[in-house]
Amino acid sequence: MATSKKIYFYPVWLRIWHGLNALGIVILIVTGISLQNIESSFIGFNSAINLHNISGVVVTLGYLIFFVGNIITNNSKYYIVKPKGFIKRPLKQIYYYMWGMFHNMKAPYPLSEKRKFNPLQKYFYIIVMYLVVPMVIITGFALLFPEIIIENVYNLSGVFVTAIFHSALGFFISIFLIIHLYVATIGKSPIDNFKSIFNGWH
Amino acid sequence: MKYRLFTLISIILFCTLWHHSKAQYYNDPENHECLKCHSGQAYTFHNELMDLEEKKLMNPYFILDTVALALGVHNLFDCTDCHSYEYVTYPHASNLKLESLITCLDCHGGDESFASYQFEKIEEESQKSIHYQVYGDNFTCSKCHSQHTYAATARTSSDVLEIVDYSNKMCLSCHNNMNKYQLVSGHENPQLIQVHDWLPNQELHFKHVRCIECHTEIVDGLMVSHNIQEKAKAVKNCVECHTTNSRLKSSLYKYQNLQKRSETGIFNAVLSNESYVIGTHQSPFLKLLSIIIFLATLVGVATHTIFRILKK
Repeated sequence: MATSKKIYFYPVWLRIWHGLNALGIVILIVTGISLQNIESSFIGFNSAINLHNISGVVVTLGYLIFFVGNIITNNSKYYIVKPKGFIKRPLKQIYYYMWGMFHNMKAPYPLSEKRKFNPLQKYFYIIVMYLVVPMVIITGFALLFPEIIIENVYNLSGVFVTAIFHSALGFFISIFLIIHLYVATIGKSPIDNFKSIFNGWH
Repeated sequence: MKYRLFTLISIILFCTLWHHSKAQYYNDPENHECLKCHSGQAYTFHNELMDLEEKKLMNPYFILDTVALALGVHNLFDCTDCHSYEYVTYPHASNLKLESLITCLDCHGGDESFASYQFEKIEEESQKSIHYQVYGDNFTCSKCHSQHTYAATARTSSDVLEIVDYSNKMCLSCHNNMNKYQLVSGHENPQLIQVHDWLPNQELHFKHVRCIECHTEIVDGLMVSHNIQEKAKAVKNCVECHTTNSRLKSSLYKYQNLQKRSETGIFNAVLSNESYVIGTHQSPFLKLLSIIIFLATLVGVATHTIFRILKK
């Protein structure tokens, strides 16, 4: 993963979005768990609801910055998946994380100006940013305006189904966050990648 | 001759009894002695004084819903079982307005066969309620529970929304009706939408929970709390319901018919799946699954970290 000279990976708009998103997601996770277990939470129900709603809107606005930013800048190129080695490439990366890096093997996909994410990382970012986050935003807004939700899905309440789906997606994002933060420590030094996302240079 | 007389008497008796027994069936209002007038907007009668067939409008408050009447718990009774028999003549005698009607406890009180309904306890609780405190004996059971149409929906239905709707309509029949409200209170009814402005997702709350969930003091021994509290004592704290130990479990979801229903199904939620209450709808299966996934992630991260340290 090491490169001899530094590359300017993260432009200002991307770092602003990332910071805003990180803060919003953490608040959403904490308040989301609080709403499910309010009796053992340090946040009151009303504060948890308000914080969850406000953070939800902030993350949504942030997502728009991310989405539009990726279209109008060349940042989108890092998200393009090549059909060649569709399965093989991420597997190679998993092998590196599970075995290779403990046996002095070199990273199979070192980062460069052309490659900001390794294949496994790219797949996860695509799933999270183009599938899970949009769905969590849609279900979140549906729950904010529950009257727009279909009343019954078979024998279940539409709101109930939406809420379960929203919580499951939120949970997926929480697990992603743990892995995301941990993998970020696999750099030249454990804090190297964290510095990069602040100053933009990798 | 004797034989003929017996036959004649038998025929007359049969016709009278047949006519009378038919009168008990509310599902044939046109041929019912009382309902032929009291089930429609207008009624006709023969004005003997003028020798005229007259048609008049029925007082809307005296028109009975015959479908609800036939489905109500008292559908086996005829009108004159409770009202004076003199009502069968028209015009009704004016002093009949003063008749004292039997109350619920007159029939249901102290009767072993109704013991499970706890009528005495209900009366005791309702006498503590704000309705009784302000309006006294005038506030009878029938102000909320019409003897004509009452059906035990909450005990029999497995549909939460139906139970909520039926219960709330009892409250709204006065609280959303200026004339009926004023008749008892003497002043205008509060505007319910504005009064409940503070409640988020008001419409959903109104459809999914009963008014009495917040406006009564819950009594453990009673299925439905009848101690309706004054406005100042109404529940305004969201967490009373929105928690795993929700107030709704000892009120709306107290009914076994609803509990049985909610215990089935893949989500195995504590409350019914027809409604969703934030904080209360916890699925033990999903909770366990999420804890396992969360712990597995932490174990995975810790193991990887240990290997990284060891292989450094």
